[in-house]
This record gives sequence, structure tokens and C-alpha cells, in this order.
Amino acid sequence: MVESEDTAIEESGTESVQRDIKSLVRKISDNNWEIPKGHIPGMRVPGRLFVSENLLEGIEPGTIDQIANVATLPGIQKYSMAMPDAHLGYGFAIGGVAAFDAEEGIISPGGVGFDINCGVRLIRTNLQKEDVVPHIKRLTDELFNNVPAGVGSKSRFKASDKELDSAFLEGAKWAVDAGYGVEADVEHCEGNGYLEGADPAYVSAKARNRGKPQLGTLGSGNHFLEVQYVDEIYDWEMASTFGLEEGQVTVMVHCGSRGAGHQICTDHLKELSQAVKKYGIELPDKQLACAPAQSKEAQDYFKAMLCAANYAWANRQMITHWTRESFEKIFDRDAEDMGMSLLYDVAHNVAKLEEHNIDGRKKEVYVHRKGATRAFPAGHPEVPFAYRDVGQPVLIPGSMGTPSFILCGAKEAMDVSFGSACHGAGRVMSRAHAKKEFHGQSVKENLEAHGITVRATHPSVIAEEAPGVYKSSSEVVNVVHELGIARKVARVIPLGVAKG
Amino acid sequence: MPSQGKKYEYLEHTADIKFLAYGDTLEEVFENAALAMFNVIIDTGKVSGETAREVSLISPDMESLLVDWLSELLYLFEVDEIVFWKFQVKEIKEENGEYSIKALASGEEYYPESHPFETEIKAVTYNQLELEKTAEGWKAQVVVDI
Repeated sequence: MVESEDTAIEESGTESVQRDIKSLVRKISDNNWEIPKGHIPGMRVPGRLFVSENLLEGIEPGTIDQIANVATLPGIQKYSMAMPDAHLGYGFAIGGVAAFDAEEGIISPGGVGFDINCGVRLIRTNLQKEDVVPHIKRLTDELFNNVPAGVGSKSRFKASDKELDSAFLEGAKWAVDAGYGVEADVEHCEGNGYLEGADPAYVSAKARNRGKPQLGTLGSGNHFLEVQYVDEIYDWEMASTFGLEEGQVTVMVHCGSRGAGHQICTDHLKELSQAVKKYGIELPDKQLACAPAQSKEAQDYFKAMLCAANYAWANRQMITHWTRESFEKIFDRDAEDMGMSLLYDVAHNVAKLEEHNIDGRKKEVYVHRKGATRAFPAGHPEVPFAYRDVGQPVLIPGSMGTPSFILCGAKEAMDVSFGSACHGAGRVMSRAHAKKEFHGQSVKENLEAHGITVRATHPSVIAEEAPGVYKSSSEVVNVVHELGIARKVARVIPLGVAKG
Repeated sequence: MPSQGKKYEYLEHTADIKFLAYGDTLEEVFENAALAMFNVIIDTGKVSGETAREVSLISPDMESLLVDWLSELLYLFEVDEIVFWKFQVKEIKEENGEYSIKALASGEEYYPESHPFETEIKAVTYNQLELEKTAEGWKAQVVVDI
């Protein structure tokens, strides 16, 4: 694995030689770089990139261009931003954060992405690492068999039209009402597991057809279901508020809105491409298609996007239920007895209407977070009551074999990043390259030698997602910690991973 | 066939998959783009069969038509569960400022045991999308989100 990390560094190093990344940015302070307004014509505000000096070297010049492109969009507030895990995306860079005036601004599907509300949740247990390690192979198998995963995977449950509508409207709450979980689950989700304003009338028949058989599936690619243990606590007070202690076993679920969300984005992107011409919006990149926030086209997309966001919360909730069942079977104990409660659930790809303080005035803005996490601080009314004294949990998944992090939204987030933090490690190597570099079976054996059990539908998935293809997640979270937008609480290490 | 007889080739992309498709005609480049896309999902060399779907679409410009064509095939793959490997674009034409395609996509029904999938494609994007007539024929560049 050490070899692969070296290769990853060489790769990004080669790219940075092609166009000197430092000549494109201006240092504001440690971990904070400006992309000046002149970077491309038409920028309304400067760009801001939150990275360490070391991580800056790995940023592709195209990512800088994408941050600058977003800065040209009407009604953008303060800065077009990108988090330390930034890399090339479509339209917006992955890791991109931008807020647009609710009246004068725009809404863009490119600022959310195809996998609407791809997100992460963390389930606590009262089990200790040593309780689980002897059973980890059987437990991982059970999770892999119980939670459908893989390309085109179908759910154990096929939603009726009525159930699909309820999932679109009520998200995790629908799933709990349908028997997939407990009341307390929804209280521990961002936005209580659903967003108001969703309207299935704006979801196409195609998106519905893709959505019905996939509700309750993990999907493929970087999505996973992982059994972990807490190996390090950085802040004892916050950890205790979050109900975390060293050695404790947790489960992380990383997935999104599946085909329903992908199709909703595809459909509305098409509509909005036409709207761009209608409203005479100049775009540096077609994938930034958008419309004035109050226009019919933008609002239609927004109502459909909220359906996909809610679907994703329902999806993660159903997976939570089957996770509890899997633990119950392997340990022959009730989930409640094993303390299997939800710590929190966060969205990584979503646009929301939020109130922020901008230049001393309270303002309604559409905050687009694409590969970024909301990170509201202590005292914010949207932080669940149980965490309001410390701040919102921010969940940052690693990759197989690398740690994930639990952070807590902090005060500076509201001033610096519209209440946002990073979302993961970010790739440094293409999937094709990864498949040449790594062999799925040997990556699996190597991980098993380190005590990590992996189950996947295909060995190539393991090669594509090998730990060496990602940036160091600890370096990424250190940046947001040092900036004071989210504080490190705990680190978790994988024990068993189920993947598409 | 342009580019030394290649139907398509994959290019380096950090997070997703980018490919170039070639063709002597516009119809052929659309066919080869579809083949390139399905070879991301599965080894189409291992698929046969003749279960077919007709595809008929209208788009406001030619680039959108390419995105719509590939998106439609992805949709049919997921919902009708057909693994496509053969594409026959009968006609692409422009009329009243709109572009239309009539095509037939063939493949076989999906069986989990005999179709080991490689990679899931979430969507076809407009990112770095290029469709152009070159001295040798037609060339299309497509990035798909995986």
C-alpha cells in the first residue's frame, strides 16, 4: 500500500508541472487561497480555495477554472468556494460551495451533481471492537447479502407509486413510518431526514421507473456500508455529547438517491440548458446550466431535486434497518440492546434555501453544496437538540482501509463557508489507472492482512477504490479543523466493508 | 474508419470516464459512442442476443442529441434490464432547427449469473462534450459520471 501512495503523489505532481498551480492563486492566509476576479472574464466575485500548501500541489488547474466559472453566475454571494478535497467535477468542482441570492441569483443542477443527496450516516453501537472482530467475516457477509449492492441492483422491496410519492415527500420519516427504523432516527438526520417543498409532479415517469426498484439499495462505485471502531478521540467533551468512546463499534452508510436522483438531474439539466438561452445567461461551461432562482424552470428543478434528496434519506433509512437486522442475526441480540442508534445523517450533494448573514445583513440564499457537508455550529436552531451545545456532527468517509472522521460544525463556518465543510478525501487517480495499478484480489488480501474484511460484487470495484487512489483524508480534515469551520472529534477505522 | 480503424478509445480522467468515439458518418459515431459507453458497464464481447429496443428522440442541437441518445440507452438498460451490445443508427437529421435520431439497440436480457458488471454509470454529462467533423470523419468526446 505504501507503493501505491507514492505513485499517487507522482501522478498529481506530473500534472502540477504542466501549469504552475501557485501562479493561479494568491495566498490569503494558511489554508486559504484566492482565485482573483481576473482569472477568467466575467467573474462577479473572487474564488476561495481552502487547502494546505501541500494539498494545493495536488489540485488540478481545471479545478481552479471550475471555481472561477461558478464565480460568473448571477447573484453569487461573497466567494465561489472549494473545500480541501476539491477535484474536477462537472460545472462546479467537487468540493464546491456557492450561495446565490434567493431573488437575484440562480439555481443550478451542476451545483448539486447527479447523485442528489449522496450522503453519509453513522450508527452507534455499545459493542466494543473485541466483541465484533471474531465475527467480522460473518457479519460482513450478512450485511453484503442483506443490503442489495452493485450495478443496477434491485431492492428487496419494490415501491408502489404511492410509496414512492411518500418517499419523495417525507424521506426518512416515511421509511420509519413504514417500519424501517425508530422515531429517534429522524431526529438525528440533517433536516429531520426530509426537506419541505418537494413536489413529485416535477419528477418524470423515467425517474420514477428508475426509483421504484432501487429504494433500499447501496449502489456501486465509492458507496459503501462499513463496520468500524473508534480508534482515536480528539475532543472528549464533544465525543461524549455524540455518544462516542474509544474502541466502540460504529457503522457507516455512504450512498445517495440512485437512479431516481441521476434521472432527475439529467431531465432538469436538459430543461435548464434551454432556459439558459431563454434568460440570456452567459455560461463559460454548458454543464453550469441554470435559471433565475424564481423562474419556473429553476423552481421545477428545485422541487424535483428535493424529491431526490428525500428519496436518499429514505434509502439510507432502509439500509439502516437491514443493518440492525444483520447485527441482530449475528449477535443474537436486539438492536436496541446493542445500542444501535443513529448518531447523525448528512447530505453531501444538495442545494438548500438557507438564511445567512452577508455583509451584516440577514439574507435568504440558495446554498449549493456539491461534495461538501453542512457544518452548522453550536446554537444553530437546525442542529438537533442533543447536539445544540456543541454543533452539528460532520461525517467524513474515508475509503476502504483508510480512516473516516467525525467532526463537529464550528463557529467560523458561518463566516467563512456558508456553514460548510469538506466531504471526503477526493480521488487522485483515475479508475482506469487504478485498475492497471492494483489488482482487486491482492488489494483485498492486503486489507485482510490488516484486519479489514471486504466483500464486493466484483474485484475491479476493490481495485478502483483502493486506498491509494485517494488523497489522505486526515490531511483534508486537518484543513477544516485548522480553519475552525469544523472541529475534529473522533477517528474511526474500518473492520468490515460491503461494496457494490 | 478514422483513427487507425479504432471505434473508440478511453482517455485519462481522475474521477470519471472520458472517451473518444470515431465514425465515418455521424450515425456511426453515435453507434460507437454507445458501444464505448456499454463497454464501461460490461464486457460487451461476452454479450449476444437480439432483444431490441427502438429509440426515437428529438433534441434542440446535435450535442444534446448525443447526450440524450446515450442517456436513453442507460435508462433502457436499467429499467428494461437489457444489456446492449449492438447499435444501429438508421438516421440522424435536422428539421426546423431540431435534430432527431431513429435507431435500434440490441442486446440480451440481464442475468445476474452470466453478466458480471464492471462499473455503474450514473449519467451522461455535457462536461467536455465535443462532437465534430474532422478530415477523417466524425469524432465525439464524452464524459460519463460513474
